Amino acid sequence: MVETYRTKVTNVTAREDFRRGCLDILPIAAVAFPIGLLWGTLAVKEGLSPLEAGLMSASVFAGAAQFVALDLWRTPPPWLLLSFSVFVVNIRHVLMGASLSRHIGSIPKALRPLVMLLMVDEVWALAERRALSAPLTAAYYLGLGLPLWVNWLVSTLIGAVLGRALGDPHAYGLDFAFSALFIAILASFWKGPRTGAVLAASGLAAALAKLLVPGAWYIALGGIAGVSVAALLAQPEVEADGA
Amino acid sequence: MELDPITLLAIAGMAVATFATRTAGFAFMRFMPLKGRMKAALDAMPAAILMSVIAPTVVATGVAETLAAVITAGAAMLRLPLIAVVIVGIVSVVGLRIVLG
Repeated sequence: MVETYRTKVTNVTAREDFRRGCLDILPIAAVAFPIGLLWGTLAVKEGLSPLEAGLMSASVFAGAAQFVALDLWRTPPPWLLLSFSVFVVNIRHVLMGASLSRHIGSIPKALRPLVMLLMVDEVWALAERRALSAPLTAAYYLGLGLPLWVNWLVSTLIGAVLGRALGDPHAYGLDFAFSALFIAILASFWKGPRTGAVLAASGLAAALAKLLVPGAWYIALGGIAGVSVAALLAQPEVEADGA
Repeated sequence: MELDPITLLAIAGMAVATFATRTAGFAFMRFMPLKGRMKAALDAMPAAILMSVIAPTVVATGVAETLAAVITAGAAMLRLPLIAVVIVGIVSVVGLRIVLG
């Protein structure tokens, strides 16, 4: 009886957590939808079939990388160049994963590969925000990731089949929506002047890298600059801790 | 529905490359001690990455984007819900782009 009761409580919490994740990702999905339409439209123009476009969205699931891939697309596709370019655009995920790895303790091991597969920027950022205030559960994370994956797949497929986007996302300010989201999430990570130093280093390094370094290295370089400053500013007693 | 073998190879290569980047950080951390400066660095990682993602848009795109980012940051500091902050950001960038041409 007690076991049953406990299971029920867990299920209700998990369902509630999943719902919470869905609610948090909903505005992001709404903004990503027209961007997915646009990507699907461009993919067909580059010669991909709707099936191929859908396969790519389902398996790669990375907006920025997929737009870069279309820029480089030729017939026949230069598969090695494409794979390498996508790797470079996505190199930021290595840092994101290192950070998120500390919060997956309560997620069952069997689900962790799925957690990694679904780790796009927005899901990662919301998961990190959640970990500030409560343990990160599988239900919440999947509530973020699964709807966004379905949304991306469906929107790119519709774009590919109809061959028409909802106009230019830039004209509606949708290109700025993700920046606004990240600014909003960034505010929850403010912990005082030290954070200011980290942000200054990251912002400067990323902006300079974007202007001076070809390719999409700027996020990784800015991230490394910021965490280096944090490591340098760490107090000696903190360093001696853990003995 | 055509499915070209080389296209399929390209898609598979891109998927493997992406999955590699998404798993590498988790794998790497299994061998790293979580203390001292390493811990301080990881604690700062989310803020550092978020800042790096937005920095080029905020400082190197145009006056409208820079001002809209300042307005958005103001809204974020008021602890408004995420969706409200995003709407403030979109409305201000659209308005500023119209005003500033």
